[in-house]
Amino acid sequence: MKTPVNGDEAPGLGRIAALHSSNRLDDLQHDTLVEIENAVFGYGARPVLKGVNLTAKRGQVVAIMGSSGCGKTTLLRLIGGQIKASQGTVRVAGESPGELDRTGLYRLRRKMGMLFQFGALFTDMSAFDNVAFQLREHTDLPEDAIRDLVLMKLHAVGLRGAAHLMPAELSGGMARRVALARAIALEPMLVMYDEPFAGLDPISLGVTGNLIRRLTDTLGLTSLVVTHDVQESLKIVDYVYFVSEGVIMAEGTAAEIRASGLPYVHQFVHGESDGPVPFHYPARPYADDLGLGEGSA
Amino acid sequence: MLKQAIENLGNHTIQGVWRIGFACRFFLAVLLHSGTAFRRFGLTIREMYFTGVLSLIIILVSGLFVGMVLGLQGYETLQRYGSESALGTLVALSLVRELGPVLAGLLFASRAGSAITAEIGLMKTTEQLSAMEMMAVDPLARVVAPRFWAGVISMPLLATLFSAMGILGGYLVGVRLIGVDEGTFWSQMQGSVDFTQDILNGVIKSVVFGLAVTTIALFEGYDAPPTAEGVSGATTRTVVTSSLVVLALDFVLTAFMFRGLN
Repeated sequence: MKTPVNGDEAPGLGRIAALHSSNRLDDLQHDTLVEIENAVFGYGARPVLKGVNLTAKRGQVVAIMGSSGCGKTTLLRLIGGQIKASQGTVRVAGESPGELDRTGLYRLRRKMGMLFQFGALFTDMSAFDNVAFQLREHTDLPEDAIRDLVLMKLHAVGLRGAAHLMPAELSGGMARRVALARAIALEPMLVMYDEPFAGLDPISLGVTGNLIRRLTDTLGLTSLVVTHDVQESLKIVDYVYFVSEGVIMAEGTAAEIRASGLPYVHQFVHGESDGPVPFHYPARPYADDLGLGEGSA
Repeated sequence: MLKQAIENLGNHTIQGVWRIGFACRFFLAVLLHSGTAFRRFGLTIREMYFTGVLSLIIILVSGLFVGMVLGLQGYETLQRYGSESALGTLVALSLVRELGPVLAGLLFASRAGSAITAEIGLMKTTEQLSAMEMMAVDPLARVVAPRFWAGVISMPLLATLFSAMGILGGYLVGVRLIGVDEGTFWSQMQGSVDFTQDILNGVIKSVVFGLAVTTIALFEGYDAPPTAEGVSGATTRTVVTSSLVVLALDFVLTAFMFRGLN
């Protein structure tokens, strides 16, 4: 794994070394909800994660950032137990999702919520029924109680008045908020967000970001946000991990990330088109492709 | 060139065998996860509305026209031999033994099978199935099994209605239009159609067709690549494969059921 950063180049970002090697980890162990150690995973012969270390403490909003295809969503899938790391360990509330049998995994998932990139609302159900889905599936609550709970969740995301609407009648931002209400329906300990800001207008972007922060604080849950929207996420997160080339390239608080001198982080935060992540996909020399190189006829 | 052709043949064969194996495992998994479909029968009833009730129009209208054509063609042939009184028998046996189950199966594959595949495929594409998994709800039990049993229950009912409408069509053309004696039409039919050999075997056929078509439709949807092109291809495969399987199964079942009868 690449060493994240040293303290001289980017104050505070060198915390990874301290965090993973000192006794602080032991001290914080009981506060740690998600812990990934040296996780390795690949799709077929293509390695995606090459030894990722990541920790999320209870009550935190933790962002996982990185360019498209770097393995951010794969990390969420590991935590959710949809895939299993070929090496290393993944622990959620002390349990390893990849090692659990189906019953155990489903028991653990009831304590998790997940917001998919485009909401993944059930299109044959109204907003109300989408939010009520888990309550009806996993509890024996009477319909009156379910109604009250659903309206409370929808009220929390500002969409109580849209309870009767079908997903096709909701805007992208509204669908994302209904999905958020659905994700917190059972008041989980952990909510994972897969690109919650993708494709949203500036108002919806701000609303969604504030909701993630507010719900995390008021419900006392832990939020893992996979995103590449740097500016919006830095406003709300407690800690950031940068994933690149299958490892954690850098990590730190929002302030530390903004101040980072690491070329990769700098390019990402400032949206520069060229840098450690090149603009051009690897190719033969341009002149050769145009037939202007040496030896060309 | 030859090596490449052999490699392609081998690859296609392996892929085909793999898919058949996967489909069989899928079928068994659906059976194992069927508890919810019966415990919460409302889910199955809801799907029966979509697969069965919404297929009624095409089934009833097709059945009526097929019966009317049978009446016309049957009369034309039978009257050459002075046997037009057997028109009722011809229409009824053709429909309850063969045309009812087979044509209803083909129509069911086109109307309901393609809809099931498209719906499941789109649920996969839009991550609804993954969302359900992440909510600790098994999509096989909650989504697939109710649709499976809805298809299996709906299919024989649709085939029966197809046959009934076909007989009505034959009656309208043969008796009302052409003038075959009404009493002869019905009494010949009553005397020659056996409940076990003809009607029950026809129902068994339609149950088997329902099993096959619904399994293929669900499997293709569940296995569809999560893209627009993938869902489109899966829907096409459902109609083509289901139709061929219905016709092939019809031959096999007919060979077993009606072997040695007269």
